[in-house]
Amino acid sequence: MKDDLSPVKIEFVNFGVSYRSEKAGSPPLSALENVALKVYDKRILSVIGPSRSGKTSLLRSINRLNDLHASFEHSGEIFIDGAPVYGGADTDVTELRRKAGMVFARPVVLPLSIYENIAYGPRLMGRSSKSELDATVETALKDAYLWEEVKDRLGSPAAALSGGQRQRLCIARVLGMRSGIIMLDEPTSALDPVSTAKIEETLTALKNKYCVILVTNNVKQAARVGDETAFFLMGKLIEYGDTAKIFTTPRDERTENYITGRFG
Amino acid sequence: MNARTEEKIAVNVLRFSAFLAIMILLFIIVYVSYKGMGSLTPSFIFENPRDMGREGGIFSAIVSTLYLAVLSTLIATPLGVGTAIYLTEYTGESAVTKIVRFGSDCLAGVPSIIFGLFGFVLFVIYLKLGWCLLSGALTMTFMVLPTIIRTSEEAIKAVPYELREASYSLGATRWQTVTKIVLPEAVPGIITGVILGVGRSISETAAVIFTAGSALATPGSVLESGRTLAVHFYIIAREGISMEKAFATALVLIIFILTINVITYALMNRYISKKKA
Repeated sequence: MKDDLSPVKIEFVNFGVSYRSEKAGSPPLSALENVALKVYDKRILSVIGPSRSGKTSLLRSINRLNDLHASFEHSGEIFIDGAPVYGGADTDVTELRRKAGMVFARPVVLPLSIYENIAYGPRLMGRSSKSELDATVETALKDAYLWEEVKDRLGSPAAALSGGQRQRLCIARVLGMRSGIIMLDEPTSALDPVSTAKIEETLTALKNKYCVILVTNNVKQAARVGDETAFFLMGKLIEYGDTAKIFTTPRDERTENYITGRFG
Repeated sequence: MNARTEEKIAVNVLRFSAFLAIMILLFIIVYVSYKGMGSLTPSFIFENPRDMGREGGIFSAIVSTLYLAVLSTLIATPLGVGTAIYLTEYTGESAVTKIVRFGSDCLAGVPSIIFGLFGFVLFVIYLKLGWCLLSGALTMTFMVLPTIIRTSEEAIKAVPYELREASYSLGATRWQTVTKIVLPEAVPGIITGVILGVGRSISETAAVIFTAGSALATPGSVLESGRTLAVHFYIIAREGISMEKAFATALVLIIFILTINVITYALMNRYISKKKA
């Protein structure tokens, strides 16, 4: 645990998520229960667990993307830099989403040019001067290791890029917003090994500046990239700690079974 | 019967229906051209009708048609697209959306003469607009709204949900997401609906006679009565005034609609390929 080294960026306090059932009378579907978790700044937290363990619900609760589902309900609270995500009635959700940028499993680029994909977020914030945007785009693409490949065709549609390049563009898009937090939801699940390696390299380089949460189905990736690792099972946080420790001497038998591939 | 003969029969039946559709169109175009070509001279286009349409041209009708089509499109498009945006982006699937959708589908099935009567009572009499192109255009707006709503709704729904999520995750509001991401993607589909609407308001007769009237003079403004091409055709053909002029008018009407279709599809393709390339 790195309490002494890095400040806490995100804290989950007794946080729970459930989805109201469509059918009247049936109980709500619980996705997360009583999660207590601290995420540190300038480190990478790997979140692992089998499907339906609540990993994606965890991420989507941080930037309140879950609000888009009418059936979503939460309990407890999440704090970012000490400020409640749900508590205050005056919470500006768009502002929150700028603070916690998200990269999705499928490399979804906006139907705009490469340049405009990155400029989209800053423009919404009112940072729209040409020189500032140019600088933002260049820095973001360089930080996402994509600049060399696209610098001559910033104006061409982003949809023309390869899958791996699109995903790095998605990362660059988040970087362009200068979010403090980068959340990635299985970012390499649709990518080939070479592209995956590039994304992992990018993430490792980014952790000096950001708080990174990486949800992954790939246990080896969690071990390679994460400073800390959290293991979820059926909506519960089973084990959390230093990645090296979790992968060498897990305290819980279920963690051991999962990371050694006995189920999942 | 084995699967292979079945397949052969199916293909031929399908081919025949597709062939029939295009043949009907070609037949109409060829027939109307053959009948109307003789009278289609420059003076027919640029002169006003004289002697109830027996002599002269159809200039005033062309002007009336343009007024009516442009005006009803300008009113119906924002209303229809707005409704579609509301139904798809701002409300979940609920009783309200189902009622609005069902209502608009019913509206699409109402006979045009009823719209004409309704427009006559509401705009011409009650709102005291009188027979004028504005009354006609407002009535046509009601008529084409369901088409625009339905096609826009389908076009908006076809935009992948992931794009919206990506936009929201970048701090966009719902409105910003709709205007910057969803609508530009849905434009080709929306245009299809709008073009169907334009075609309908150009070719409508019953509802237009009731509301815009059938004055032969060139309308100076939308508050004056005017006779659209379709109405002109209907009147001079029905009253046996001049079949040659009637077919020439029909030919102009068809050229009008074909031109609009060809130009829009060309623009649409350019738009799509520009986005994808």
